[in-house]
Amino acid sequence: MAAKSTDGELNIDPMHQFVIQDWIPIDLGFVDLSFTNSAFFAFLAVGLVSLFFIMSMSNHSLVPTRMQSMAESCYEFVRNMVHDSCGDAGLKYFPYIFTLFLFILGCNLLGMVPYTFTVTSHFAVTVFLALSVFITVTAIGFMRHGIGFLKLFWPMDAPAAMRPVLAIIEVISYFVRPVSHSIRLGANMMAGHAVLKVFGGFVGALGVFGIIPIAAIVGVTALEFLVAVIQAYVFAILTCVYLHDALHMH
Amino acid sequence: MEGDIGNMGQYIGAGLACIGMGGAGIGVGHVAGNFLSGALRNPAAAKEQTATLFIGIAFAEALGIFSFLVALLLLFAV
Repeated sequence: MAAKSTDGELNIDPMHQFVIQDWIPIDLGFVDLSFTNSAFFAFLAVGLVSLFFIMSMSNHSLVPTRMQSMAESCYEFVRNMVHDSCGDAGLKYFPYIFTLFLFILGCNLLGMVPYTFTVTSHFAVTVFLALSVFITVTAIGFMRHGIGFLKLFWPMDAPAAMRPVLAIIEVISYFVRPVSHSIRLGANMMAGHAVLKVFGGFVGALGVFGIIPIAAIVGVTALEFLVAVIQAYVFAILTCVYLHDALHMH
Repeated sequence: MEGDIGNMGQYIGAGLACIGMGGAGIGVGHVAGNFLSGALRNPAAAKEQTATLFIGIAFAEALGIFSFLVALLLLFAV
């Protein structure tokens, strides 16, 4: 931990909330499979999302109830997003994007409950999600276009002399995609929660004037809810953009 | 006083890396501002372009995130 402030009057350790604790240690020798708080909240997010959809769609009717229309508008929102950006060919991959969106949204919103753990604030989780998207999309591109998928990196409408330079830039930007895709989600969630913790430290330090940072926390919390939803949306729509490149080659 | 000159360099470097976030802020503001000025001129076409808006913001934000990443790497991984 870099920011250690044990002797000052401001006792803030904003990174403490991201510590992973082993709840049930399971060590297989070659791999550490302990059941951690991160795993627990990931399972909880999946469980809550599944429960929501099972509950709302269990006795479905033509005229939807309130719960059913929530689930249906959720479904339609993501389906329209996939259809608008990838066309009819993209609908085949809609379940994958819907699952990604709901998992990230569930983890982000669950992290907003006080004293819970935000699963998506860890780069290990987001890098795994982004790498799975990257590998899936690249595989789809090669399956649909064969070796011709490499033409994605060779801009035909540019002047001939510029093409090799642009090709290098295209290749670099293609391989940077999973980096920015994953770090964006993780950094946004981590930074937001750290800001809340820092402002929380100000409340104790300022005594009666702590009312001012409390007012700020209320605003920042509202902003964090917005960020939680927007980041899930951005992750899903960028997946659609990458999928579009693989399906239609620009 | 504790730490050495290497630690000092780490912290100064992490602070300098955060300057890059200002560029991302300018970029995101530029995207959102131009979207708003376009949307006020033609409100009917604005709703279909919100997805483009978020994609543009996400791409502008990516470079600021790299500077954040450099700061984190300097603080925790060096």
